[in-house]
Amino acid sequence: MVHAPEVDTNIVESGNPMLPALYQIRRFRRETEDTFTLELESRGDANKFTFAPGQFNMVYVFGVGEIPISISGDPANSKIIIHTTRAVGTVTKAMNKLRRGDTLGVRGPYGTPWPVEEARGQDVVIVAGGIGLAPLRPALYQIIANRDEYGKVILLYGTRTPTDILFREELEQWRSRLDLEVYVTVDRAMTGWRGNVGVVTNLISKASFDPQNSIAMICGPEIMMRFTTAELQKCGLNIDSIYVSMERNMKCGIGLCGHCQFGPSFVCKDGPVFNYSRVKALLLKWEI
Amino acid sequence: MVHRIERAALDSLFDSLRRRGYVLKGPTVRDAAIVYDDITSTADLPVGWTDEQEAATYRLHKRNDKAVFGFSASPYSWKKFLFPPILKILTARRNGKGFQITDTAHAADSGDADGKKYAFIGVRSCELNAIAIQDTVFKAGQYQDVQYRQAREGIFIVAVNCTTAGGTCFCASMGTGPKAPQGYDLALTEMQDENDHYFMVEAGTERGAEVLNDVEHKPARQHEIERADHAINVAAQKMGRTLDTANIKEVLYQNIEHPRWDATAVRCLTCANCTMVCPTCFCSTIEDVTDLTGTQAERIRKWDSCFTMDFSYIHGGSVRSSAKARYRQWMTHKLASWIDQFGTSGCVGCGRCITWCPVGIDITEEAQAIRENHIHDKVPMTTKEEHDGNT
Repeated sequence: MVHAPEVDTNIVESGNPMLPALYQIRRFRRETEDTFTLELESRGDANKFTFAPGQFNMVYVFGVGEIPISISGDPANSKIIIHTTRAVGTVTKAMNKLRRGDTLGVRGPYGTPWPVEEARGQDVVIVAGGIGLAPLRPALYQIIANRDEYGKVILLYGTRTPTDILFREELEQWRSRLDLEVYVTVDRAMTGWRGNVGVVTNLISKASFDPQNSIAMICGPEIMMRFTTAELQKCGLNIDSIYVSMERNMKCGIGLCGHCQFGPSFVCKDGPVFNYSRVKALLLKWEI
Repeated sequence: MVHRIERAALDSLFDSLRRRGYVLKGPTVRDAAIVYDDITSTADLPVGWTDEQEAATYRLHKRNDKAVFGFSASPYSWKKFLFPPILKILTARRNGKGFQITDTAHAADSGDADGKKYAFIGVRSCELNAIAIQDTVFKAGQYQDVQYRQAREGIFIVAVNCTTAGGTCFCASMGTGPKAPQGYDLALTEMQDENDHYFMVEAGTERGAEVLNDVEHKPARQHEIERADHAINVAAQKMGRTLDTANIKEVLYQNIEHPRWDATAVRCLTCANCTMVCPTCFCSTIEDVTDLTGTQAERIRKWDSCFTMDFSYIHGGSVRSSAKARYRQWMTHKLASWIDQFGTSGCVGCGRCITWCPVGIDITEEAQAIRENHIHDKVPMTTKEEHDGNT
């Protein structure tokens, strides 16, 4: 079905950043029991979508609402947008019921990227918890695409149970590579699990990296990020070499609605990826 | 150059603005309060009224003169015209498996429907500063609020310098009044004595001067100018409140764990009144509505408040679930983190939050309590500059 790109015209004419562009679901893939991946392609002309790893889009479900979701696809692919999320709120639960051919509104990309460029020449330590792997996957894609330019590349991933492991096939492929170190752990094992059990911070000691010449990128629950950053610092990593991705309520994604404030920062435009030195003091306090 | 116009000439000033196509918005008495709304003549102004303001107290009283601007901050602020409390930003209409979107933010409240612009009558210095602050929030960033930009453009501002200070006013502390320094087309100072009722007038722009030329005026005499300046200076000295702004950002950043927040939280009802009356508070939410058939959906932007539980909700709960955290967020943002975000304080000292707090929580008192009993957190919040210094 050819669709008159009415909305695209409006965006160009008005410059209204609150108007989404329309995208069609090309593929809906269930990842785990409560997570899924959407592959989106533009309903307008073949306009390119370029983003940097770590950035997010505001995704609108007709009549239900709009929420920020990190982009989990390959930055080298400008034809499709990939989002992986957990069905947990009103909008994501509605999204979970959508299928191939359905339409979504998309605004973005917004926010700060992972320091993939700055990390060139250094070891890279990526630590993810649960769905936190989704915003880190584009960074991994980009690093792997330019593998020669990085030192050691390490992925430490923790989930609740073995059935919650996201992107399992890809993890297995990455783990089979000789130029990647991949460690996975679960909080609670079940029959058939032969891997690590325990919190993700336990994996840090297994990884071999040069703390004087490494960059760490962390995404997961705040409590996990607090412990992981502390553990990495104990290993000798400088606080300025540690980056975390924050999550806050957002209504606009562009610094106007005020919802995502985190002390002096707006998570939508000053983040979501922050140098840890910038947010450490606040992460150690309650209810900021 | 300061001019003098007589009280009777104020109506011809309004006429001139209307002839030039402006829709006049100004103070008027309604529901026992002075609100900002449509006005047609000076008879609509709060002639002979004043207000009594104290923490959790607002009363109108009759004056024993015919002053037209003899009151202080209204429960309304001009932001309701520039940043409407309710704004439909888009409609979406289903077609087959997809939908189409129409931009509706533009047709909205930017003057009258036929494209007329507002003339704001009686904008106080604190309010001019508040408008300048919202200009920065909505128009200076990478992404702009197109509705605000459109509504703001071409507004004619008639400022009024304050010659009496309200009970909850502290603009003198914030450096935002009581005399309007700039940002107006015309600035009036209302003066009265036994036989005379007149205004000192200054034009701040070319078009302000043009409007003034439509009105019978004469150069002000030196003693009249001095008398008006004196009245403004007296108002500055008689502010109902003061707020010590020295290092205020550092004081608040270093006292995130101060026990005062707990004490205030016991009183705070988290009713959001302070954020609704504040002329600089800019937070908004978006509500999604659909018609009964599910074929048409709308996204409606509404003023929001950091005092609600929903404001900080992410899956699993609200980040700021306690009243303590919400009051702390509001006050720390207003007086401290706003400086990091936008280069100025978010407070203009208008006192509305004090007057309209149902339990009389006073931002000046709260700031002072924290300053006087500075505990200094073990791990203080870092400012942007400190951060920028070590990366």
